[in-house]
Amino acid sequence: MGLATIIIPLVGAAVALLLRSDMRRPFVLPFFALAHLVATIVALARPEPGGGPRWLALDAPGRIVLLLVSVLFAVCSVYAVAYLRLRKDRPNRIFCACLLAFLGMMSFITWANHLGLMWVAIETTTLSSAPLLYYNRSARSLEAAWKYLLVGSVGIALALLGSLCLGYSSLAGGHESSLLFEDLVREAPGFSKLWLHAAFILLLVGYGTKMGIAPMHTWKPDAYGEAPGLVGALLAGGMTSCAFLAIVRIFHVVVAAGEAAFASRILVFMGLFSMAVAGAFLVRQRDFKRMLAYSSVEHMGILVLALGLGPAGAFGALLHMVNNGLVKGVMFLSAGNIHRAFESKSTDEVSGAMRRLPVSGALFLAGFIAVTGSPPFAPFVSEFTILNAALGQGRYVVGGLMLVFLLVVFIGMGATVLAVVQGKPSGRARRTPFHDRPLTILPPLVLMACVTVFGLFVPPPLRAMIEDVVRFLGYPEVQP
Amino acid sequence: MNSAADAMLVLVLLLNFFVLGSSRIRSIIYTVAAQGVLLGILPVLVHGELGVRETIVSVGAIALKAVFIPRMLMRAMADLPIRREIEPLVGFRLSLLLGAAGTGISLALAARLPTAGTTGAQLLVPASFATILTGFIVLTTRVKAITQVLGYLVLENGIFIFGLLLLKAMPFLVEVGVLLDLFVAIFVMGIMINHISREFSSISTERLSALKE
Repeated sequence: MGLATIIIPLVGAAVALLLRSDMRRPFVLPFFALAHLVATIVALARPEPGGGPRWLALDAPGRIVLLLVSVLFAVCSVYAVAYLRLRKDRPNRIFCACLLAFLGMMSFITWANHLGLMWVAIETTTLSSAPLLYYNRSARSLEAAWKYLLVGSVGIALALLGSLCLGYSSLAGGHESSLLFEDLVREAPGFSKLWLHAAFILLLVGYGTKMGIAPMHTWKPDAYGEAPGLVGALLAGGMTSCAFLAIVRIFHVVVAAGEAAFASRILVFMGLFSMAVAGAFLVRQRDFKRMLAYSSVEHMGILVLALGLGPAGAFGALLHMVNNGLVKGVMFLSAGNIHRAFESKSTDEVSGAMRRLPVSGALFLAGFIAVTGSPPFAPFVSEFTILNAALGQGRYVVGGLMLVFLLVVFIGMGATVLAVVQGKPSGRARRTPFHDRPLTILPPLVLMACVTVFGLFVPPPLRAMIEDVVRFLGYPEVQP
Repeated sequence: MNSAADAMLVLVLLLNFFVLGSSRIRSIIYTVAAQGVLLGILPVLVHGELGVRETIVSVGAIALKAVFIPRMLMRAMADLPIRREIEPLVGFRLSLLLGAAGTGISLALAARLPTAGTTGAQLLVPASFATILTGFIVLTTRVKAITQVLGYLVLENGIFIFGLLLLKAMPFLVEVGVLLDLFVAIFVMGIMINHISREFSSISTERLSALKE
């Protein structure tokens, strides 16, 4: 089934390239997204066949990411149909093909059970998503795509160096590991420690660049600011989760080598640093799409921080990854609607979104309340779990700093979001005929419904999947 | 001891300084191409034999690093009015000093790391680190997009050198590294687009989309 979730989107991409009509082509997206979702569910429902390690296999964290990516893409594909109907000014052949190829490559990451193969998969996501960024063909979006490519490829290069170091660590320890993750984990205790440390840092920096944790986040504000809303949703909810998956897998190897304490220290530091940087840039941010980018930096920080906080933290991290992916979908899609209606993304010109676009405005506001971790929405539950994990270990400074940064983010984002949704539409914004349509509001509404439900209770299958990951990571028993 | 490989690595290190100290973009391209040739010969010297693996990596490296990418960059240069990196963020003399310091640190660092003893070459690890650092210096201190790509190429050359340590044990990972070059090739197309945008932003961005489709 692994190949099906990779090949179905690639076939879709080929079909999108072959179709001639710009009008009909977007319907390919939901069709193949649905097929991908079905294949994903079948793959998840079937038990893993045994019989030794394989190059393509779905491990416990991979299952969650695959499901998240598939659901998010399915929702975004419906939105894409409505969006592309409004964008008759631009041909969408490359856009549709790249979207589907991007989905295929993200699925590839979740299935790649080999250090080198995973690297290749992550590299190809950069390639397939760069054209999505310059869909608008403006000088600004070209600049954003250029930055994305440059920073992204330096990250990818460092990740390759890290992978080589990990291989060398096995060699210097007297092993010849096959680089399949199962083998790496089994032989990890014998690895050369110094090289393993170097490998972990390089891989964290490399894949952290794709994830967008500070200080490697510089591509993010430009990319999210210039990309269409639905691309932002897929990058912030899908691709960053895939990059986090890569970091989880590397962390797993390091834990197996008995170096969990070393890795955790770095993860906690990087996480808090990202939150601090995001907070600093969120205050007085006037561009509401760039605001979302910094919010993403903050949440990626929370993820790596949580991964460094032991089993309870890891549970929170995985739950938060899912919640963040869903909320980012709500935020980016509704922000895209507002951007389209006002033809501006600056609070200098945009105000009164609630009056002009009642549903999108309300969703944007609700998304803000959810994304900053306020009850009753899902991110509150996961952030609370993470905070609890920090306090449960007696790490009051870490918990305290996390609370302070969350507060700064809340205040900073609040000012921008309220300026967008409240008041009357100002005369400075252009009047456009855009209004809320069923297909532009239904996708974010569905995601918002998920976020609300997950806030009230975590569905048992999801909880079971996350508990699998915590078991999979195999933390050493620690005394509280 | 593997003196032939070590001598070759010293040459690679010297070329790093050429890249750091030169302002003419054309000569930087030639230098990076020369480095590519040296890297292509290295797999054979390091492992002292000419197996299938070594041949694939050698030929692939020379074709991409010494011929294909430099040619693409030269062609891009022909369309551009830029000849020199005029105002780098850090001066040439200072970047040379930084490069020297980086090379020193790499040598000191590599001496402390445990080695697996798979090859006779002593300089592989330090040369790799120093070349990566050189690439970083160029990437971060130069402002022209084309020089940044050259910096990225040098960075990647450094990673390639490190990969040679693993050519025998983990050939897949090394061959995959050559893929990184393909990535660069596409990257180079990005640079052209970037320049086109810079050229046309003062006139009209509509010209840009007219060029694209």
